[in-house]
Amino acid sequence: MTISEQTKIELRELMSRYPQSRSALLPMLHLVQSVEGYVSQEGIEVCAVEVGLSTAEVSAVASFYTMFKRYPVGKHHIGVCTNSMCALLGGDNIWRTLSKELDAGHDETTADSMFTLERIECQAACTHAPVMTVNWEFMDDMTEQKAAQVVSDLRAGKDLQATRGAKVRTFKDVQRTIAGFDDGLVDEPSIDASMLAGLNEFKNSTKGGK
Amino acid sequence: MTTPLVPNLTLHWDDADSHTLTGYQRHGGYSALKKAFTAGADGVIQIVKDSGLRGRGGAGFPTGMKWGFVPQNDGKPHYLVVNADESEPGACKDIPLMIANPHSLVEGVIISSFAIRANHAFIYIRGETPHPIRRVRAAVAAAYQAGLLGKNIQGSGFDLDVVVHSGAGAYICGEETALLDSLEGRRGQPRLKPPFPAVAGLYASPTVINNAETIASVPAIINNGADWYKSYGTEKSPGIKLFAVSGHVKRPGIYEAPLGITMRELITYAGGMKSDLPLKFWIPGGSSVPMLTADHLDIPLTYEDMAAAGTMLGTGTPMVFDTSTSVVKAVIRWIEFYKHESCGKCTPCREGTYWMVDILKRMEKGKAQLSDMDLLVDISAQISGRSFCALGDAAATPFPAALKYFKEEFEEVIKMAGAQA
Repeated sequence: MTISEQTKIELRELMSRYPQSRSALLPMLHLVQSVEGYVSQEGIEVCAVEVGLSTAEVSAVASFYTMFKRYPVGKHHIGVCTNSMCALLGGDNIWRTLSKELDAGHDETTADSMFTLERIECQAACTHAPVMTVNWEFMDDMTEQKAAQVVSDLRAGKDLQATRGAKVRTFKDVQRTIAGFDDGLVDEPSIDASMLAGLNEFKNSTKGGK
Repeated sequence: MTTPLVPNLTLHWDDADSHTLTGYQRHGGYSALKKAFTAGADGVIQIVKDSGLRGRGGAGFPTGMKWGFVPQNDGKPHYLVVNADESEPGACKDIPLMIANPHSLVEGVIISSFAIRANHAFIYIRGETPHPIRRVRAAVAAAYQAGLLGKNIQGSGFDLDVVVHSGAGAYICGEETALLDSLEGRRGQPRLKPPFPAVAGLYASPTVINNAETIASVPAIINNGADWYKSYGTEKSPGIKLFAVSGHVKRPGIYEAPLGITMRELITYAGGMKSDLPLKFWIPGGSSVPMLTADHLDIPLTYEDMAAAGTMLGTGTPMVFDTSTSVVKAVIRWIEFYKHESCGKCTPCREGTYWMVDILKRMEKGKAQLSDMDLLVDISAQISGRSFCALGDAAATPFPAALKYFKEEFEEVIKMAGAQA
């Protein structure tokens, strides 16, 4: 695969958003991943030329950040949080279930290139533990059963909705969103009971007081 | 008397359109901006100083004072950078805030930039969270459309451009100077201070870096006044805060309340303990602050009271664990996290976390000796205070803190596993 002229135009668009073009490097690498499914050598070279750095300098940046992958990611990226809170609330079991189901370990991709599985660090959703992500969209309050269902639905090509986020698309699609391009999914409902826990409690108590 | 909940930032989260400009303006959104322009830049700084607002990212530094450090009339561009790289284990308040109420952040950005004389602001959002990125990007776009961003905002003569930036998976970038390096397109490694960012930050220019919740709190303070804000909380910890209660409670979630509320009250609001098992330990604000126990449930959640109890308020996102929890396992996972996230710049943190994980794994496998506990304490002490940034100190926190209350549990694990081996 090659980086198209269209992508290069978008890379330059990202650079133009910043007072200094190098600041766009992380979004640019996200955009490369949205096209290639990983940060390819060619992607690194293109970014280096555009920003005016050596490929070694761009590689040094890309290799620092966990989200940048140096090998092709499957159609869907599945993350399972196994940091303390999620692990203790069931994340370890979810990890074991999915690892067995997909026959893949940490940072491994299934033979059919459908899934890449990753043990992820705290996803800033501890109120929704245990947490899993599909292409970085939240799958909150998971159980082993629900997690296995998510995988089988994705396999069957069924529509799937993130719990606090958009309908599930592909890893590449979401990488484009993260790179900073609109996807038209901003209005999908994403407020849940945990986010409203305090507000509901407040409303109940003020009702009772009247 | 029970401390009441005070929904402020969360008050309209149950509106279906709480994230839109229309939804925000329906409840007076962007009216603080006009007041800010009337008060003038120094006036805004004074109000924020008077309100006593302290940084909600963990350190609790007085916000108005931070803004006051920015040199004026220095001829250099100034920058505001919002730290929305929420990644600390336990912290989960900024992500919901950006999903549900992104315009409070955008209005806060405009007012804060106006105060520090910045014409360029950046919102650095954690890369692994596409939905907040979507919502904040849309809020910024809507603000431009409505003339609330761009040139000569509402005829004030003030210009502001805002860039929504995505990180790429590095906890260290929540550290303010590492965040700046990352925002400059580099590896996210911390800088030596001084110079402080207020003098030489982004592109070596004066820069204010504030947590997302801090900035989002500004519009309400401008609208209602410093006295209103100070009427909540304590003298040293005024105001209202998002408390994200997670773990073994019946209703984990976001509870917005005045500082000074107690953990016992928060657990009650959260419906009590999940399986009615007793509480074993809790952590006030992220894994980098020391844990407390059931003996500390009535201590007010303020910066000063938490410090007196030997811990910190941190991000104010308490994690609650009941007696079903292995404290050993919890500690291992936190240390593994710090090992994974150590940027490698400072030897004590890079090597120390590596060896701590190695020893803790040995413990898990039943190959540890009792003397390994002393070794872990020693390594923690070697990391603490010997690294550029707070990640090192954070990594050195969980083990000694757990040992303080649960030494016997560690001993038991070592002995039991040893017996099985």
